[in-house]
Amino acid sequence: MAEKYDIVIIGGGPAGLAAAAAAYDAGAGKILILERDRMLGGILNQCIHNGFGLHTFNEELTGPEYADRFIRKVEERKIEYKLNTMVMNMTADRTITAMNREDGMFDIEAGAVILAMGCRERPRGALNIPGYRPAGIFTAGTAQRLVNMEGFMPGREVVILGSGDIGLIMARRMTLEGAKVKVVAELMPYSGGLKRNIVQCLDDFGIPLKLSTTVVDIEGKERVEGVTLAKVDGSGKPIPGTEEHYTCDTLLLSVGLIPENDLSRQMGVEMSPVTRGPVVNESLETNLPGVFACGNVLHVHDLVDFVSEEAGIAGRNAAEYVKTGRGAGKESGIPVIAKDGVRYTVPSSIRPEFMNDRLVIRFRVGGVYRNCYISAYIGSERKIHKKCRIVAPGEMQQVILQKKDIEAAGSVENVTVCLEQE
Amino acid sequence: MEKRELTCIQCPMGCAITVEMDGGEVVNITGYTCNRGKIYAGKEVTNTTRTVTSSVRVTGSAKEDMVSVKTKTDIPKSKVFECAKALKGVTVQAPVHIGDVIVRDVAGTGVDVVATRNA
Repeated sequence: MAEKYDIVIIGGGPAGLAAAAAAYDAGAGKILILERDRMLGGILNQCIHNGFGLHTFNEELTGPEYADRFIRKVEERKIEYKLNTMVMNMTADRTITAMNREDGMFDIEAGAVILAMGCRERPRGALNIPGYRPAGIFTAGTAQRLVNMEGFMPGREVVILGSGDIGLIMARRMTLEGAKVKVVAELMPYSGGLKRNIVQCLDDFGIPLKLSTTVVDIEGKERVEGVTLAKVDGSGKPIPGTEEHYTCDTLLLSVGLIPENDLSRQMGVEMSPVTRGPVVNESLETNLPGVFACGNVLHVHDLVDFVSEEAGIAGRNAAEYVKTGRGAGKESGIPVIAKDGVRYTVPSSIRPEFMNDRLVIRFRVGGVYRNCYISAYIGSERKIHKKCRIVAPGEMQQVILQKKDIEAAGSVENVTVCLEQE
Repeated sequence: MEKRELTCIQCPMGCAITVEMDGGEVVNITGYTCNRGKIYAGKEVTNTTRTVTSSVRVTGSAKEDMVSVKTKTDIPKSKVFECAKALKGVTVQAPVHIGDVIVRDVAGTGVDVVATRNA
C-alpha cells in the first residue's frame, strides 16, 4: 500500500525547504521532503562564501548559514523529510517511486507535488573541446565541493573556462588556498556571472578575464599540462593566429547550469526549450494539475533570496490546491509573451482569477543592452516602463504586475514583456 | 574633483555607484539603491575591506569533514591573505555550532573567525 501525503517535495535544497515551510504555514497537513544527499540544504552547503540573504533577512550570510535558517523552519514545523533518498519515477497522477537503504523501494501517493530538484552544471562532455581525457578537468562546482566540504585542493595552477558565478567564486577560493589562477576565459563577449563577483573575485586578485575567448586545446594525457586559448569571432569560431598557451594542471569549467528535469519529463511535464524548466502558470503550476515547480529546476536563478520567495509561492499554491482543488482542469490563461530582447518569462501564462494582488514576472535578456527600458504591456496598453542603465544575460530581471490592472483590462489576448529603446 | 565608478559588492544586485572625491574626501555618492551600498562606496574609496570565508578541518563529527568559517565582520583588504594563511592547518573538535569562535583576533585585525556551519 502506498503511503499518502498531502504534499511531497522533491529536493531538500533552498527551494524545497522554503516551499515546505510555506505550504505548512498555509495549512497543508502531511508534508514530506525527499532529498538525495545526506543532509538538507542542497548546494548551499558548499557555497561557503558570503552574500546570501540580504533581501530575505537583511543581513549578509554564508550559504550554510542561509540554509540553516530554512532547515530550522522545517525542523520547528516538524515537517517530515527523508535523506539519502532517490526518487526513481513519478507519474502524472502523482505516484512517486523512491528508494533508500532503510525503506528499500517504496511508493508514495501525493495530493500535490512540488518539483525542487535544482540544476546541474554543464559538463565537459557538453562542450566540443578537442584533446585527451586527462585528470584535472573539473566543473567549478565539483572543485567547490572538494575544497570546501572535503578539504582537497584539485590543483595548483588553474585556468577557468566560463565566467559563471561558481567559476568566479572558485577563482578567489583557490587563490586564497594558495593556487595560481592564471586566467578566466569566456566565450561570450560579456560575463555570465554577476558584476560583484568580477569585482571581488577577479579584480581584487588581479586575475584577468578574457572575453570572446575559448579553450581550443587541452594538453596532457594522464594529467592536464596546459591549455591553449584563442579569441573567437561573432559566431563563436576560433580565430587562427590568436592562440595563447598557458601551462596549468587544472581546468575548471563554469559554462552554465541546466535545470535537472529528468523526472519532470518522465512524468509528462511540458518543458520550455529556453529555460529547460517546466512551463508554469501564475501559480507556478505545470501543465499537470497539482504539480508545481520552483527554484533552479524551474529556471536558473542568480539569487537564493529569489528562489526562497518563488518557492514560498509554489508552497502556498500547492497547499491551496490540496485544500480546494483550486484551478484543477483550468489550464488556459492569458499567455505572457517574451520578445524584443527578453528570452523568456516565468510564469508564461496568467489566470487572473487565481492571481495574487501582485505577480512577479521574472525573465532574462538575450544580450547586453544599455540605457533601455523594460516594458510590460497588458494587451496593447503599456503598464510598466522602467529605465535601466544596463541589463545583461547574467542578471535576472523582474516586473511586477498588479491584479487590478489585469482585471481592469478585461479580456486581453496576451501580456507582453519586452525591451524598448524609448 | 575625482570621480570613482564602483560596482557595489554588498549583494548580487551589483549597483553601479559613482563616488565623487575631493582631495581624498568623499563629497558625493550616487547610484546606490540601499544604505549598505552607500556605506560600502564610502569605505571602498577610503578604507577597503572584505569578509573572508574559508573552511577548516573538524574532527570527531559524525557528519562533516570540514566546517565552514568566516570573519565575523569585514577586515582590511590588505589583511585578506594573512587571514587565509592563519586558517591553514587549523583543526577544530566537534561539536561546533554556527557562531562559535574558531580563531580569535585573526591576523591582528581584532576580528574573530567564526563557524558558519554546525558539525
